[in-house]
Amino acid sequence: MAIKPTPTVAVATIVLAGFALLPVYAVLAGDSFVLSLGTRILVMALAAASLNLILGYGGMVSFGHAAYLGVGGYVVGIMAYHGVTSAWVQWPVAILLSAAVALFIGALSLRTRGLYFIMITLAFAQMIYYVGVGLYDYGGDDGLTLNARSDFGGFPSLDDRPQFYYLCFILLVAALYLMKRLVGSRFGQVIRGAKSNDPRMHAIGFPTMRYRLTAFVIAGAVCGLAGVLLANQADFVSPATMHWTRSGDLIVMVVLGGMGSLMGPVYGALTVLALEESLSSLTHYWKIIFGPFLVLVVLFGKGGIAGLIARWERRK
Amino acid sequence: MILFIEQILNGVQIGLLLFLLAAGLTLVFGIMDLVNLAHGSLYMMGAYFAAVLTKLTGSFFLGALLALPAALLLGIVVEVVALRSLYSRDHLDQVLATFGLILFFNEAAQLVFGVAGMTIPLPEALQGQIQIMPGLPYPTYRFVVVAVGLACALSLYWLVVRTRVGMLIRAGASNREMAGALGVNIARLYTLVFGLGAALAALAGLMAAPITTVRVGMGENILILAFVVIVIGGIGSVRGAFVAAFLVGLLDTVGRAFLPDILTLFINPIQAASLAQGLSSMLIYILMALVLVVRPAGLFPAPGR
Repeated sequence: MAIKPTPTVAVATIVLAGFALLPVYAVLAGDSFVLSLGTRILVMALAAASLNLILGYGGMVSFGHAAYLGVGGYVVGIMAYHGVTSAWVQWPVAILLSAAVALFIGALSLRTRGLYFIMITLAFAQMIYYVGVGLYDYGGDDGLTLNARSDFGGFPSLDDRPQFYYLCFILLVAALYLMKRLVGSRFGQVIRGAKSNDPRMHAIGFPTMRYRLTAFVIAGAVCGLAGVLLANQADFVSPATMHWTRSGDLIVMVVLGGMGSLMGPVYGALTVLALEESLSSLTHYWKIIFGPFLVLVVLFGKGGIAGLIARWERRK
Repeated sequence: MILFIEQILNGVQIGLLLFLLAAGLTLVFGIMDLVNLAHGSLYMMGAYFAAVLTKLTGSFFLGALLALPAALLLGIVVEVVALRSLYSRDHLDQVLATFGLILFFNEAAQLVFGVAGMTIPLPEALQGQIQIMPGLPYPTYRFVVVAVGLACALSLYWLVVRTRVGMLIRAGASNREMAGALGVNIARLYTLVFGLGAALAALAGLMAAPITTVRVGMGENILILAFVVIVIGGIGSVRGAFVAAFLVGLLDTVGRAFLPDILTLFINPIQAASLAQGLSSMLIYILMALVLVVRPAGLFPAPGR
């Protein structure tokens, strides 16, 4: 497949190459902070990419996506608490449980439309949030500190910062590749068709509910994986991971980066976390700048960052 | 039994506060088709305004009375500056932009009013208790909250159903182009409705303030509850919001009051307390999920939607 060196491809390449080379800089400069920030960006990009599948391509505005971050994180935390640290056990359980939760939520929520869908996904996420609060044995409201990070039996070791970073990077790239294949496939065409005109897709003979539900479950499973990584990165998981404002943050990343574009969530996660880092070093009240910025993006920045690049591409 | 009556009264009181918040939310959604997450911020700002004005004037009544027009004004400013251009956008854009407004208001409140939070002391006239029946005293202030809430609900009903303004509001809701063509100034009507919603939210905030404390983020949890209320009630329906607010208020308080005791029968008290806290908070969302599964458009779907 020949890839044309359009700006979209060029920017994507530069950003991914930048991510790939970051540990080299970090080791040379002795800057370990930038590496942990980079890891966090990669993990949030993975979570945002999973949301992008249903939000950007499928038009399902899930306002409870952070719930899967919590499910994945709590599986790791609780299993580690009971002495099960093998990643080969923890990770599949976390992913399967996230998928199961997504199946349950999706099967009920996808019956509704519009604002009702936004609100019912929010309601389910709140339920899971309060399950986290109610887990008294595992820290309740205060959260749970990980006894040990997930263990792959030597390599890759999550205690080694560059190795952990590259694991996240590879998983993100793999997820993006999966998304690309998925969206381009017949399955992806049905999802996108159902976004623009569900009754018509139905009339042609596609049982769109099944397709949409499958996409919802895949998104939940991938986000559960992001939750696993996030808990390992922070050595900690708490109900705050699942707070509804966290779901809002994920939506912000997807929309800011560019809905329905492959690299959009990566740009979004990068921008949000970089802005948070730089503005919060400037002032404690950084959100007073970030909030109005968000309003401006919504009002004037149609298509987000990826849309901006695409417009630039067309003008040339 | 006495405990039960007391909890029912508490539930009614929370239900009325929720209704004040939900009424504005559901009106704004029903008429302008706008999802306004920042409604909780108006609730918070109402409480802050009242706290500051109470301190300045030395009287809670005066402070509360002045806070309402202040909130109305704030609502109008927010509508004109930020929200007006969002009416034609899809819900996702609205969610996002008003999410940004929440961030702004939270930080602005911290910056202006301080991180510590504020309290509003009750005036002496409201500090006492009323003996409802032998052995059951109930705080006067909570009675006042119930009375004011009911009065507001009634006057809102009167405003929407019996007055000319209400007629215009309903006309704008059912067909905005037609109402505009008949000479109604739709833009001004929208601003008015939004300001009204803001004032109602502020009223709920300032009435809750003496019971809890005024702090940043106080509007967020109750905002989610208010959304649950309007979704259960049927978005756009004030009557639905009223019924749902009571359902949610009662379920919440009764769950909170009795679940720990019920659970203690099965597991040890400390675990029971923690589990009950989570479980009673979940009850409301379970109710909402059930309602939506059975009736995807809420209990009282607004016509034409």
